[in-house]
Amino acid sequence: MSEFLYLYRGGESGGSPETMQQTMQKWMTWLKDLGAKGHIKDQGQPLEPSGKVVKGRKKIVTDGPFAETKDVIGGYTLIEARDLEQAAELSKGCPIFDGDGMVEVRPVMKMSM
Amino acid sequence: MVAALTHIFGVHNLALAEDVVQDAFCRALEVWKFRGVPENPAAWLMATAKNRALDILRRERTARTFEPELSRLLQSEWTLAPTVEELFAVNAIKDDLLRMMFSCCQPRLPEEAQVALVLHILCGFSVGEVASAFVSTHAAMEKKISRAKKMLAASKRLFDITAPADFSARLPAVHRALYLLLNEGYHGASAEFTVRAELCHEAMRLTAILREHPLGATPATYALTALMCLSTARLPSRVDASGNLNALFDQDRSRWDQRLVAEGLRFLDLSATGSELTEYHVEAAIASVHARAQLAEDTDWNAIVSLYDTLMRIRPSPVVALNRAIAVAQTEGPERGLEEIFSIPNVDRLARYPFYSAALGELEFRRRSYEPARKHFQAALALARNPMERRFLGQRVGACEQKPIIETGQESRPPGSPRGTSQAH
Repeated sequence: MSEFLYLYRGGESGGSPETMQQTMQKWMTWLKDLGAKGHIKDQGQPLEPSGKVVKGRKKIVTDGPFAETKDVIGGYTLIEARDLEQAAELSKGCPIFDGDGMVEVRPVMKMSM
Repeated sequence: MVAALTHIFGVHNLALAEDVVQDAFCRALEVWKFRGVPENPAAWLMATAKNRALDILRRERTARTFEPELSRLLQSEWTLAPTVEELFAVNAIKDDLLRMMFSCCQPRLPEEAQVALVLHILCGFSVGEVASAFVSTHAAMEKKISRAKKMLAASKRLFDITAPADFSARLPAVHRALYLLLNEGYHGASAEFTVRAELCHEAMRLTAILREHPLGATPATYALTALMCLSTARLPSRVDASGNLNALFDQDRSRWDQRLVAEGLRFLDLSATGSELTEYHVEAAIASVHARAQLAEDTDWNAIVSLYDTLMRIRPSPVVALNRAIAVAQTEGPERGLEEIFSIPNVDRLARYPFYSAALGELEFRRRSYEPARKHFQAALALARNPMERRFLGQRVGACEQKPIIETGQESRPPGSPRGTSQAH
């Protein structure tokens, strides 16, 4: 088993309280399901949409990230899967796609000793 | 939560208070979707809202004016956090709810707007949900609520519930709004059982808060509580699974909630003190007569007629008179009922009320004049306000056409619903 990081980008937030509640429910169901199948290493956390960016040799601090909403990372989850293909396949159940968002699936680089 | 925040921010910042709650809710859902719903979500939301309130107060205390009574305490960093902490304590929140309740029942607002405001602000119903409870359009309800909110915001401060004279003066308006809230749940137009049950339960919850306040625990409040328990007890059998109305006579009484019936009778006993006899006392007494009858045939109609007589003295209305006439028909036959109906003063005021025609139809039906009965039901059908009423009246028209041999019953109901509802309930 290898580890992969899901980075959630974009997707819809807001809507009526009812739809938001439904969305939350879908996320919980999905994550619980992944966990039950032994794929969750750390279910991660949501991220605040705003923050600061510290950049370059001069370490310039700016408010940011100021990317377009669809590119902002909204949260992460650390999962375990056989390979990248399986990790990508597993991400397809993510409710973020209902809001036209994306999941970036990145293998965690590991040194084998 | 909105009530607590409005107390802190001042009623003129109602919109800000609502934003904070909305924001707390969004953040909660965002975190919960990863970490799961915590054991005590309400406390979690409260804590989030409290922190947001502190942020806003720190950031904007120079730019905005907040609640005048608290402004000095909120200005200093030394007193800010403890003050906010205190205002979020359980008892303080109950007081705030009550103050908000009294503020919403501002007599300058139309009664329906008061109820809509209570539902929206105190019960946390979205505009869409309030609209569906009143079977109104989203846009119309939005307009009504925002107009009412403006009026509320203009009143500058929340109602002061510590002044006994003001409290007692506003109390009848609060009773009235809670009564209408119950009515909306019990007789209202929404065909959805869940909506109705929720409205009745909200009415009971708010009344319970009122009852806990020393000035709020009056005989009238107890009577209103009794009426709420006794009506809500019947709710499960009133509208069947497919959203059809069941007349009181046809209801399966075994489905009445006996715990609520007992509770209602207990409060009715408690209400029997003091010298004031309110319409809630009488209506609760009528409901208790129904509740005590094991079978519809066992109903003590003489008692009901005399209670309606009392109600006519306290709060006369054509609808009450109509219900009284129906009760008379139960004891003295349909002819006498019809006579009573025709002698109602201002009976023309009932012309647009579908259950006036329906009552005529029902009585004609019972004296086997099926053709006139059919015409009355047809007229009622034309006035029906929602699919549920239409279905019910449509079935009655059908029954007349079949000229059945078995007669159906007639019922009376807790009267006086000002939005005009019916004996078919």
